[in-house]
Amino acid sequence: MSGSALLLRQVRFTNRTFWRNPASAFFTFAFPLLFLVIFTTLLGNDEVTVGPGTTIRTSTYFVASMATFGLISACYTNIAIQVTFAREGGILKRVRGTPLPAWSYLGGRVVHAALVGFLLVAITTAFGVLVYDASIPTGVDLFRFVTVLLVGASCFAAIGLAVCGLVPNADAGPPIVNAVILPLLFLSGVFLAIGEDAPAWVVWIGRIFPVRHLVDALRDSFLGLPGFSWTDVGALAIWLAIGVAVAVKTFRWEPAR
Amino acid sequence: MADAVIQVNGLRKSYDDVEAVAGIDIAVERGEVFALLGPNGAGKTTTVEILEGFRPRSSGQVSVLGFDPARGGVDYKRRIGIVLQSTGVDAFLTVRETVDLYAGYYPNPRDVDEVVNLVGLGEKRDARVNKLSGGQQRRLDVAIALAGDPELLFLDEPTTGFDPNARRNAWDIVKNLAALGKTVFLTTHFMDEAQFLANRVAVISKGRIVAEGPPATLAGRDRMQARISFRPPAGHVDLPPIGEWTQDSGQAVLTVEDPTEPLHRLTRWALDEGISLEGLEVHRPTLEDVYLELTGGDEGEVEP
Repeated sequence: MSGSALLLRQVRFTNRTFWRNPASAFFTFAFPLLFLVIFTTLLGNDEVTVGPGTTIRTSTYFVASMATFGLISACYTNIAIQVTFAREGGILKRVRGTPLPAWSYLGGRVVHAALVGFLLVAITTAFGVLVYDASIPTGVDLFRFVTVLLVGASCFAAIGLAVCGLVPNADAGPPIVNAVILPLLFLSGVFLAIGEDAPAWVVWIGRIFPVRHLVDALRDSFLGLPGFSWTDVGALAIWLAIGVAVAVKTFRWEPAR
Repeated sequence: MADAVIQVNGLRKSYDDVEAVAGIDIAVERGEVFALLGPNGAGKTTTVEILEGFRPRSSGQVSVLGFDPARGGVDYKRRIGIVLQSTGVDAFLTVRETVDLYAGYYPNPRDVDEVVNLVGLGEKRDARVNKLSGGQQRRLDVAIALAGDPELLFLDEPTTGFDPNARRNAWDIVKNLAALGKTVFLTTHFMDEAQFLANRVAVISKGRIVAEGPPATLAGRDRMQARISFRPPAGHVDLPPIGEWTQDSGQAVLTVEDPTEPLHRLTRWALDEGISLEGLEVHRPTLEDVYLELTGGDEGEVEP
């Protein structure tokens, strides 16, 4: 079998284990959907400003936010925790002793994570369409939306693999992985909209780190807002490169001794 | 050696300033079961992981199936099977799915059900991996290593932590492999395991090979003297005139080259005197005696 056929086979097996593992299925999959329902129910009727002179309903805002959260959970959080777990449990070392190419194994993980992320985005979008009358983007907006999804999924998967190298052991996995992402989610307007009067440091965190760029780009392309900027996609691409570089440098196949 | 599967010359491996493997030579021929026997920390795992391609060596020549393991890559991995000292599998797959997953990585895999049966997990084929006992998981390790139908199998301490029954089962599996013509490279710190399984044993201590040979003749064990001992009855001071008896904590001890004739004379003497030979023993050095002598003082260190 070629490396790419093996990669697709890995996706199938990864998928099987994913759905049989209650923890991964719940935290990666059900969590973002639960948040979506809670946030939109509690805050759905408010309005939120998303750019100069552009105001949208909070429910619509959260549909885009939770699509972002879902993509990040599936790609970054899921990969970082599961791959660390596989490394500490000796699975990666065992795989390393077989003819399976490393890129087929990791590629299988990334592709599977991205597919779970896209499924979450699709469910979130369907929820928005059915409950809040959001409309599915068409034409150039759809092209932008799909591009942002692909670049965003790759970017956060790469960061997930990069973070694996920072995690010393399996117990430290979830705390470190969440400590990296949770503050960013809050400071990037995923759970709470960042207003125009936000402190400068919050704005700068949004500019430097990738989460705000993903939220903005997904929302603007999904809703066809005029604020859409390819700069956000460029920032995600830069973080993708950083993630790959760090992962290549720090990735380990053997558990810590 | 024309048909050497493993050829190692002057292999050294240092971690920082510790020399874990201090220049060893190993040659293993096709179809052999070779055991690297030694206490923890002697350099067994370091050696086998260099051969498997997991670790770079500091110096020396290593050729396995014609490959340099450090650079063999996919083509090398296709021809070997590895049972690591400790590894995991995805807990949420069944036994059969797991073996199938790994079999798919090889160009000419064995039949999955056949492999599962071979290691005695036929009844557990549809059980989730996380429901298996420790011994069953180890058998699954062997099944995974066999899935690709390898020519050469590495087993790193395959029965550590097993109960006696599980060990017997595992031994039978390895014996079966040998019968299939596989070459097996085994590490162990159990003398009986090396004795039962291996055609040839190398004893490693502090990174050096201190003895090598078939288990029966290791370090001249077969030529060592036999020791006849018994407990003389109280008050009976005379001993049979068949050699130089010594006393050792109430035992009369006689050391001889060949025990056949002295034993005959001893038992005839006992019959003539009308006494019974209590605690009579004839003892040849066991592999364990040889091993303990060879590896004396080398114990309790942790594998680096």
